[in-house]
Amino acid sequence: MKLLVCISKAPDTTSKISFTDGDTKFDENGVQYIVNPYDEWYALVRALELTEANGGTVTTITVGTAADDPTIRKALAIGATDAVRVDAEAKDPYFVAKQIAEYAKANNFDIILTGKETINYNGAQIGSMLAEMLDQPFVSLAQKLEVSGNTATLERDVPGGAEVIEVNTPFVLSAAKGMAEQRIPNMRGIMAARTKALNVIPAVETAELTSIVSYSMPAAKAECKYIDADSMTELVELLHNEAKVI
Amino acid sequence: MSVLVFIETKGKISKAAREAVTYGSKIGPTTVITYGDADAASLGSIGDNGATKVLVCRNLSEGNDQQLTKLITAAANNCGADVIIVSQDQLGKAVAPRVAASMEAGHVSGAIALPDTANGFIVKTNVFSGKAFANVSVSSSKKVISLLPNSISPESTGGNAEVEEFNTDLGSAGITVKEMKTQGEGVLLPEAELVVSAGRGLKGPENWGMVEDLANTLGAATACSRPVADIGWRPHHEHVGQTGVAIRPNLYIAAGISGAIQHLAGVNGSKTIVVINTDSEAPFFKAADYGIVGDAFEVLPKLNEAMRTFKASQN
Ligand SMILES: Cc1cc2nc3c(=O)[nH]c(=O)nc-3n(C[C@H](O)[C@H](O)[C@H](O)COP(=O)(O)OP(=O)(O)OC[C@H]3O[C@@H](n4cnc5c(N)ncnc54)[C@H](O)[C@@H]3O)c2cc1C
Repeated sequence: MKLLVCISKAPDTTSKISFTDGDTKFDENGVQYIVNPYDEWYALVRALELTEANGGTVTTITVGTAADDPTIRKALAIGATDAVRVDAEAKDPYFVAKQIAEYAKANNFDIILTGKETINYNGAQIGSMLAEMLDQPFVSLAQKLEVSGNTATLERDVPGGAEVIEVNTPFVLSAAKGMAEQRIPNMRGIMAARTKALNVIPAVETAELTSIVSYSMPAAKAECKYIDADSMTELVELLHNEAKVI
Repeated sequence: MSVLVFIETKGKISKAAREAVTYGSKIGPTTVITYGDADAASLGSIGDNGATKVLVCRNLSEGNDQQLTKLITAAANNCGADVIIVSQDQLGKAVAPRVAASMEAGHVSGAIALPDTANGFIVKTNVFSGKAFANVSVSSSKKVISLLPNSISPESTGGNAEVEEFNTDLGSAGITVKEMKTQGEGVLLPEAELVVSAGRGLKGPENWGMVEDLANTLGAATACSRPVADIGWRPHHEHVGQTGVAIRPNLYIAAGISGAIQHLAGVNGSKTIVVINTDSEAPFFKAADYGIVGDAFEVLPKLNEAMRTFKASQN
């Protein structure tokens, strides 16, 4: 089985979110980057479990600059076979998907796995765009994945219940909670990661169709109004007359 | 600018669908594309939200992203749409980027406001799991916008839309749904306007009765913090936060949840937040509109009682 896992970096979930350069840039000062949790905990770990059970390789791909290398090494330490970095800043989702699609076309993977979304941009765009560029089926928000020969069975929650889906390889999926459990890399993995291949390839020329021109923060919340635990009628009153939400 | 809005019309036409149509009609003359067997009268009623025409594909009963992409792009070409609007729900998340890739259109994910066209085409979106907003400029001539539910109120114009059948070659589905496991009724969390949520402070799954009682009284959905889903006290789909479901209800009631930054990320788009916690120093109070320092085991039943009295007085 030949698997490709799309890996992105994301600011640690406790990072303070602020902006610089007249609110046009994310302020990276003091920010720790991690592997985007959906990519790492679910997509990567499930890919590793499948190849451990059935044989095969797990390649990771990242569109990014050298600043992304530490997160790529983390994915290698967890167990990926090798890694590819397309050497370009990941600005626009179409641009990113196009880079991965070009690489995938030349390398014929059975399954391409992405995380459900990144926790910084929450776009949930790459998997779906990639599937279209490769003319492959896409299973979004998958929570279970089993593979037998060239047929995969997946499960996901849908409004009002859950679906069991069958699809033939090759296909693209986005991984959500439930697919696997987080793995902590051990010392051997970390040592091995240093010598695994991280191939840097040039980007293909692609139009950028969107760009972020500025950022802003939500308005500060007004002070919390405290209500006595014995005055729930007062709370109901406030929710009805003041907040107007019931 | 001419607009195409994709909506689902199975069963009752959802509020999110009406929001998307209202949003579209504020950008330009709006055509709706949908599929399935909804009757013409119900489809025509979408005109009330500002659509002039509804195209319906009768040859498709189950929506999947590959076939819907073919349908939406064909409809966009048919009506010469410059802007395509899709609601950012589960199906929309799979379909909209695919449509954008197919049309080489710039895609805006998670829009929360109308585009600003004074100087280009700029759309405000939710980023950093709701901790910030980004203004995204779209430079391509065709544009796809995924609209977050609860970002605009559906408006009623009193109009009625012309309904037309629309068919095109949809190819094959690619995926087969083998089985559909339905859950009990209940209110679906991502679309819920009222949510009652609880965390580790509730001590164990056997204590969720009081959460469900309050939710039932209110007609609210139930939710929980991540550790609660991780230990298996509640199902995973109830887990809200940065690594769970992000929600934007009108009312979020949180009992026995500390308010960790990752939890807040998924709920800080809520209009009104009520926090119930024994610890007056719990960080959640900083994000709350109304706070009750007290024991959830006492406060929840009391709140439920007060809500029931209120509900009864409303009828
Ligand atoms: C990468 C990462 C991602 C994460 N993603 C998420 C996420 O998406 N969602 C999420 O929720 N968490 C997430 N977390 C976990 C988060 O950091 C917190 O650990 C978690 O939210 C705490 O859950 P809790 O508030 O239920 O439990 P606790 O932090 O244990 O808080 C329990 C609260 O209950 C109160 N309490 C106790 N008894 C009572 C009582 N009788 N009545 C009323 N109050 C009482 C306590 O004072 C306390 O404030 C993430 C963490 C990491 C590292």
